[in-house]
Amino acid sequence: MLTGLTLTKAREGLAARKFSARELAKAQLDAIARLNPVLNAYITVLPEETVLAAADAADARYAAGTAGLMDGLPIGVKDLFCTKGVRTTAASKMLENFVPPYESTVTANLLKAGAVFLGKTNLDEFAMGSANITSAFGPVASPWKRKDDPSATLVPGGSSGGSSAAVAAGLGLAATGTDTGGSIRQPAAYCGIVGLKPTYGRCSRWGTIAFASSLDQAGPMTRCVADAGLMLEAMAGFDEKDSTCSNRPVPAFSKAVGKSVKGLRVGIPTEYRSPNLPAEVVAMWEQGIAWLKEAGCEIVDVSLPHTKYGLTTYYIIAPAECSSNLARYDGIRFGIRKDAPTLDGVYEATRAAGFGAEVRNRILMGTYVLSAGYYDAYYLKAQKVRTLIKRDFEQAFENVDVLLTPTAPSAAFAQGENMDDPVQMYLNDIFTVPASMAGVPALSVPVGLNGNGLPLGLQVIGKHFDEETVLSIGGALEAAAGFTHLPSVHAGAGA
Amino acid sequence: MSLDLATTRRIAKLARIGLEEHELEATRQKLNGILGWIDQLAEVDVEGVPPMVGTETETLRQREDKVTDGNCRDALLACAPETSGPFYTVPKVVE
Repeated sequence: MLTGLTLTKAREGLAARKFSARELAKAQLDAIARLNPVLNAYITVLPEETVLAAADAADARYAAGTAGLMDGLPIGVKDLFCTKGVRTTAASKMLENFVPPYESTVTANLLKAGAVFLGKTNLDEFAMGSANITSAFGPVASPWKRKDDPSATLVPGGSSGGSSAAVAAGLGLAATGTDTGGSIRQPAAYCGIVGLKPTYGRCSRWGTIAFASSLDQAGPMTRCVADAGLMLEAMAGFDEKDSTCSNRPVPAFSKAVGKSVKGLRVGIPTEYRSPNLPAEVVAMWEQGIAWLKEAGCEIVDVSLPHTKYGLTTYYIIAPAECSSNLARYDGIRFGIRKDAPTLDGVYEATRAAGFGAEVRNRILMGTYVLSAGYYDAYYLKAQKVRTLIKRDFEQAFENVDVLLTPTAPSAAFAQGENMDDPVQMYLNDIFTVPASMAGVPALSVPVGLNGNGLPLGLQVIGKHFDEETVLSIGGALEAAAGFTHLPSVHAGAGA
Repeated sequence: MSLDLATTRRIAKLARIGLEEHELEATRQKLNGILGWIDQLAEVDVEGVPPMVGTETETLRQREDKVTDGNCRDALLACAPETSGPFYTVPKVVE
């Protein structure tokens, strides 16, 4: 089944000429044509001739023996990455007709490695959300169903919900995501796939539509841990156009998977053991601990005392940066424009019409915490608490190599649930946000199903720039868990 | 801290988001709910703690002072809703 392959297997098949890149791409396009009307995972699907031309070029490189790391592998691109000549919306009405004249560094790197783009995947508007329900192009449906209520439409997580739904359902072998507070890891967990948020600075942010610049980081969303390593290797690397992009060498990440984890020290943060955590999430976590013990890891209790303040700090810093970044949408240089008699009137009308409610609220919150009289009490305070959160991680990593936690406090919920109280929605990111605040890499691996047949993920958090150990531990969890479940909606099912 | 209607109106003005009068109250309530939750940060002692700016994993670099914007004026202008020659257009700001 060409839609169910991992990147690694597909690359082997292409190299052995078992199938062509054209056949592989066509199978994905057919699956998208059939299932995207149900899932709404893609906002834009590239024209078939464009996709197949890229696949043909990849086939030619295989024939010539010059194939790159991602050659001929058909993937989705989150619609937050600018793609030259291809509409890039950030799932916002503001950018509904925006066609960038340039290519983001991450997608340029993937193209250079030979990847074949299928289209642009749906997301929460400007990547702000945890359920992919704020998209101006409609919500994304998870391909997973509850056993006891198959009629309920579940959320795929967010903000990279189009990417997670597409990869889980077989509408592309992998997809790019971006993660500001959990937007790769939480949707990966909800959809039963692998998601890796690299160290801040590992991937260039240039050409990725900005949400909160001190947190935003691009990463891979894939079907196995080795694929995450492979794809990150293609995405990452120094870029002089992003001043925060690291110039450290990019290791061969995929080789880290399968390496022995014997003797590695795995920290279990006490503060993540919330009394409200559902028993099945706790049980899965205990199972993960037991697996790593069997693999020869040493389990160590650690303390991250400021965990509790991660989310609140995030909801000052991220909106503050968002209000500043989104000031550029003024109706003058790109995006939509609403006319008014005065210049201020144009700004106000354009921004009221172009931004959805969640984005507006975050801009307003950010404007408030940065405004005169409140800056010290909120923004400066949050930046100081952020220092404490980062120190927590640094201190923990003096004694351990990685941390193991659940990715999310529950399995996926249904559309319509958690909608009234924004704080309830924000709590989905309680376990993912602290690593974002500290800038350390973190990986979500699917490890099992809950009682209702929905995937649960565990999160492996590592030291700055030590994605390799994170991937090794992730590989060990994956091998022990043997997660092979597929969602109810899948390209390979009932075709 | 709790947000009143006048402050909500002021930040909407600062953010250049044109909220209708009837949207202001709902917005105020939403933001207040979040602020009430955020106020738990008050209990953290940050005496002597420096603010974290970015994630401080890389030091800022300098580059040669030369034009690197791609020299693609027309491509950029093509993204704009309204232009006139090599210019963006806006409503008259001086009467």
